[in-house]
Amino acid sequence: MPKMGDAMEEGTLLQWHKQDGETVKSGDVIAEIETDKSNVEIEAEDAGVLHIQAQPGAIIAVGKVIAIIGDAPASTNGASSNGSGNGTAAKASSPIQVRTNGSKPDAHGDETVAGGEGAQYKIDNSDDKDIARIAPSVHSQENTGPTENMTYADAIRLALQEELDRDEKVFMLGEEIGQYQGTFKITKDFLEKYGPERILDTPISEAGMVGLTVGSAMMGLRPIIEFMTLNFALVAWDGIINHAAKILYMSGGQFNVPCVLRGPGGVGVQLSAQHSQDLAHWYANTPGLKVVVPATPADAKGLLKAAIRDNNPVVFTEHAGLYRTKGDVPTDPNYIVPIGVADVKRVGKDVTIVSYSRGTMLALAAAEQLAAEGIDAEVVDLRSLQPLDLDTVINSVKKTHRAVVVQEQWLFYGVAAEFAAQISSAAFDYLDAPVERVAGAFVPMPYSRVLENLAVPHEAEIIAAVKKTLERSA
Amino acid sequence: MAASPAAPAKRAEKSIRSRPALYDAHSIALPTTTADAVIQSLKLTDDELRHTYQQMLDIRHFEEQCNRAFRANKVGGYLHIYIGQEAVSLGTLSDYLPGDQALSSYRDHAHCLVLGSDPGKIMAEIYGKSTGVSRGKGGSMHLFDKAHGFAGGYGIVGGNVPLAVGIGWALKHAPEYKGKGNICVCYLGDGSMNAGGFHEAMNMAQLYELPILFVLENNKYAMGTSVERSSANTDLASRVDSYAMAHSKVDGQDYFAVRGVAAPIIANMRKNPAPYFLEAITYRYSGHGAADGAETQSTYRNPEEMDIWKERDPLRILEKILRDRKVIDDASHEAMDKKALEMARAAGEFAENSPVCSPEELTQDVYAD
Ligand SMILES: Cc1ncc(C[n+]2csc(CCOP(=O)(O)OP(=O)(O)O)c2C)c(N)n1
Ligand SMILES: [Mg+2]
Repeated sequence: MPKMGDAMEEGTLLQWHKQDGETVKSGDVIAEIETDKSNVEIEAEDAGVLHIQAQPGAIIAVGKVIAIIGDAPASTNGASSNGSGNGTAAKASSPIQVRTNGSKPDAHGDETVAGGEGAQYKIDNSDDKDIARIAPSVHSQENTGPTENMTYADAIRLALQEELDRDEKVFMLGEEIGQYQGTFKITKDFLEKYGPERILDTPISEAGMVGLTVGSAMMGLRPIIEFMTLNFALVAWDGIINHAAKILYMSGGQFNVPCVLRGPGGVGVQLSAQHSQDLAHWYANTPGLKVVVPATPADAKGLLKAAIRDNNPVVFTEHAGLYRTKGDVPTDPNYIVPIGVADVKRVGKDVTIVSYSRGTMLALAAAEQLAAEGIDAEVVDLRSLQPLDLDTVINSVKKTHRAVVVQEQWLFYGVAAEFAAQISSAAFDYLDAPVERVAGAFVPMPYSRVLENLAVPHEAEIIAAVKKTLERSA
Repeated sequence: MAASPAAPAKRAEKSIRSRPALYDAHSIALPTTTADAVIQSLKLTDDELRHTYQQMLDIRHFEEQCNRAFRANKVGGYLHIYIGQEAVSLGTLSDYLPGDQALSSYRDHAHCLVLGSDPGKIMAEIYGKSTGVSRGKGGSMHLFDKAHGFAGGYGIVGGNVPLAVGIGWALKHAPEYKGKGNICVCYLGDGSMNAGGFHEAMNMAQLYELPILFVLENNKYAMGTSVERSSANTDLASRVDSYAMAHSKVDGQDYFAVRGVAAPIIANMRKNPAPYFLEAITYRYSGHGAADGAETQSTYRNPEEMDIWKERDPLRILEKILRDRKVIDDASHEAMDKKALEMARAAGEFAENSPVCSPEELTQDVYAD
């Protein structure tokens, strides 16, 4: 399965354009696959006889063999790859996937990687699929009524759709949201449905987009910006921090700015320094802004609806690494998750793990592993950073006496630092150990997969931090 | 409903799932520079011409190698391919001198290659290996090679343009560079001209009369948005009239057309520092990035358009001129093509066999000593 997009982890084989055993030329279109973003045609990169190894409808991980282009009829046995990765593929004369050097595990493999001087170290590939597995089972206060199982991306899409349908003052603007159908396909078919006056394709003019948003919001409209990613919002920070956040205050309450600034943030996979970072806490440091950081599809839907109906500028931080995770989402169009209320996603008694967005999913996964060792962790999902729900966190810490705060962002001056301070101030007498922080390394995100793995927090670090709080108080 | 800001009706209609219009570059009046005139005035030898052709073949094969590596999952993150635009970087970098500085966007492999960076080290960077030009820290979008005068590829659209102003300022005023006639060549895409920083940079570059050649690589699209759908004034170069900056347009598919225009501009800029805005009309044959597959491309560009532009393949145009002049023949052409392919394969192998970064590199280079 060739990797056809930067975030692609697996693809669905839609159809073969060539028959098994047919001779193909380099450049022939041999198959069509569906990726997370679109359907793409695959071309043969070598000439030879096509030996099909996968059937239409199959969902196949990137790197797994779907066919072999060779010269003699291949024995299906020797060439089939069933989860063992590149190794088996190497025996084939020309597997569709691994062409350059099929026999070597590469930096994307899930095994060990040879370091510079032969050093071996483990790559912790805690990918999103594990998270998807646990997401639907999480405990949540509001999940009552009819639900539908859907992805985080679809939940966001549904919320947008419901609010666009409900209130004609709501409109969207952003790069590639209309004709292109959205970079992450969140706004697929929106242009057709709502028309170009409510789905505005903009130039690459983030500062202008925020200007349009703030101005129209002052006039009573309810604009929603989709930033292609939140990294690009940095270009528009004057508009966000010095205008959107302050106009209500500066005008003595005359003009409010009801708008949503949304898009994917957080760390990605090998997107390197300018495209991979969690900056949500920067906004949370600014009075006048609300900051929302959902972890599950249900919360994404309910919080986005609350954000759109809110009378303030709301920075709605999505996580591209969560877009494909699934969960049960209430279908009631009046389902709202109020901004500023944390959620206990897992009840436990030994330690409180506080996080948000993708960090919550890491915390839940870590809690499962800790449970196997007899450690019962409670996971508090903040869901919004501003306003922050201190009560839920403090109540939990009063019960467990230990706290670990998890964030993807850099360690210093962050959410974890804030909660460490808040917890010691409000629950000092209850604490059995200092509050531990788990955070990203204090470096711009490196491109190298190996270094990136060292730079972003994993379950292992959460587990270590939890154990540290337990050892300390043992 | 009249709740949202109204877009002009005409534009609006165009944008709804209609078949994207053909991009007719041929209707744009471009200077007709002949290869003969350029070769004569620059006194280019046959060896030099062969070298240029080799460079263009090298870019093409290198980019194809990158594509193969990406599909084989050897390369992570985003990958932006330059195929179709080769004549632009080559034609504007052929008169580069030591001390000159170039910057580009994330579509930066070719610029770095043309400047003489080791292809193996570029590929190793794209693989994220510690032998890469940026030691595996930057990746495809952030190639940097100081020794070869490449001040970097940048991932934020338009982000590199204001940096060029600073580089231009230093080349004009810093004691190290002052009076040496060095220039800065800043590449940018059509999409970046709508970023606010672009306009501030243009004004300052002209105001301070800095030696910067801005090369607009107008490949007509910013991701899936055509120039018509993003720019109120689609005569892009003319937009710098507001800043009283000299500008012109050139056929970006024709190496000699580009070089013929760029060489005298650069020669003059070395003596009389002042910015110049050169718009090269070109086309990218691949999707915007690796995720931009055929189906997504069909939402924004007409497949027939590709056929038209493939007829204007910069490689074929240069090949024909050199064949007509008997600078290359079948045999030499084949040998050169093979050499390029081998270079690209060798770069791939070097990258493949290079060690991954070691953990202690994680915290290196966050701060300078
Ligand atoms: C400030 C900012 N906004 C959005 C993006 C996402 N993005 C990356 S490339 C691109 C299109 C740029 O097109 P253009 O400037 O024409 O360059 P080309 O890709 O055609 O070389 C967009 C929208 C970004 N990287 N930076
Ligand atoms: Mg462009």
